[in-house]
Amino acid sequence: MNGSKSRLENPEKPHQRSPGEFIARHLLNIPRSGIRDFFEIVSSRKDVISLGIGEPDFVTPWHVREQAIYALEHGATSYTSNRGLLELRRAISTYVGKAFGVVYNPETEILVTVGVSEALDLALRAICEPGDEIMYHEPCFVSYAPEIRFSHGVPVAVSTTRENDFRLTRAMLEEKVTPRTKALLLNFPTNPTGATLTQADVNDIASFAKQHDLLVITDEIYSELTYEGERPSIAAVPGMKERTIFLHGFSKGWAMTGFRLGYACAPPELSEAMMKIHQYIMMCAPILSQKAAIEALKTDQDTADMRASYEKRRNFLCSALNEMGIPCHLPKGAFYVFPYIGDYGLTSEKFALRLLDEENVACVPGSAFGTSGEGFLRCCYATDIEEIKEATQRMARFVKRLKR
Amino acid sequence: MDELLTLLQRNALESPKNLARMLNTTEDAIKAKIAEYERSGVIRGYQAIVNTDQLDVDLVRAVIEVKVTPEREGGFNRIAERVSKFPEVESIYLMSGTYDLLAVVTGHNLKEVAFFVSEKLATIEGIISTATHFMLKTYKNNGILMELEKLDERLKVSP
Repeated sequence: MNGSKSRLENPEKPHQRSPGEFIARHLLNIPRSGIRDFFEIVSSRKDVISLGIGEPDFVTPWHVREQAIYALEHGATSYTSNRGLLELRRAISTYVGKAFGVVYNPETEILVTVGVSEALDLALRAICEPGDEIMYHEPCFVSYAPEIRFSHGVPVAVSTTRENDFRLTRAMLEEKVTPRTKALLLNFPTNPTGATLTQADVNDIASFAKQHDLLVITDEIYSELTYEGERPSIAAVPGMKERTIFLHGFSKGWAMTGFRLGYACAPPELSEAMMKIHQYIMMCAPILSQKAAIEALKTDQDTADMRASYEKRRNFLCSALNEMGIPCHLPKGAFYVFPYIGDYGLTSEKFALRLLDEENVACVPGSAFGTSGEGFLRCCYATDIEEIKEATQRMARFVKRLKR
Repeated sequence: MDELLTLLQRNALESPKNLARMLNTTEDAIKAKIAEYERSGVIRGYQAIVNTDQLDVDLVRAVIEVKVTPEREGGFNRIAERVSKFPEVESIYLMSGTYDLLAVVTGHNLKEVAFFVSEKLATIEGIISTATHFMLKTYKNNGILMELEKLDERLKVSP
């Protein structure tokens, strides 16, 4: 395992570590993403209809791409300030103020990052000390638990259930909170369930956080893709801005995944702490992406058009699944449906593999998103409607066979 | 605009059942709405978008700028109506700017279109002048790209 013992025993001829023995032990305990395994199986097959893709099927709006080309033509190839271009931070401040009702100072409270992934990593590393517990709700995005572990924190999953549409309640949180709990990580609308919260839910969670003196990290990446009802952010609840790190980015709402651009908004002290890590590990987000993002924030029309298109596909997929006997709640956000397949006597992985094998349709097993995702599938409707139609016909055929 | 119309503009062959699923309503409600649009004339017809460049057919298309003397009382309408009666005229629009009417005209060959313009169109009383531009290639028509779309470059499965 470790070379130190043999080195002590025989100082003349120290133990030579194999490559694997150089790896930090806390990393060895973290499993590979279940999505990656599944990806490899799917990639080896032909003519698969994939409902397993977690990104928009839209190409970035042309005026945004054109602005990036223009910036490149005009020689925008340098570093920017660590925090990001001030013009972009101002635009972000205006947008977040208008859309979420909480105002951040572009000079001291906004940090532009390489995707929300970097922003979340910064937030966790800025606050975690070994043994600090970070609560998050499950099923959830595959990166949360590993990222908490990378930061030497202890991930504490709070299971949500389909009985209340995968919403998070104060009672669920009270069950898992301990004196070591330092922060609560939220992601609504949620990948993979599409769950959203009401203003009342958010108020409840906010008072829970205050009572237990917790920081809240809120990942709002799917926020623009909220189809009905409220779109409340916990950062806007009175008294919460001081204990919230608000994470957002351009990947989903603006179809800019490949630009890798996100941002973190937080009180100056926290923002500065994240900035400390960011300046050493990343310097700054790519300038072309920042220029493109400034253009993206000039209009709300792009996100509105995409939202309208996703909504119809959501309705279609959800009702087609229910009609074929796969119960599926109508998710209010993101671009995933999370149907229940537990009645077919197969684990979600087995179900997904057989569906792929027999009908060439790829959905991600719910278990990839945590143990509470077992019994579910994640089907993404950011896919051409014709493909969704074909996929649902194949799935209907598949479950008909299973029922027999 | 009604989302039903947006969906039908994209694909007029979409089944009422699928439309109902997408718009969270019933098949009967969709059928009734379409019937009403057809009755009131909001929906004027359904056509296929054909890429004629791909077919081995004799077909030329030209856009023609037409200058007109407007008439008292009729304005441009009487001449526009008269021109639109010719089967050669595919579409016709009243325009702002340096000319008045824009007509899209089709024929089997260049000669046929030229003949139509000089013999039929230009001789109508009230038409002052015409300028004919032949179309060479269609890249996009009614929102549809004529070249094949490029493949989806996204990873097959991603978190």
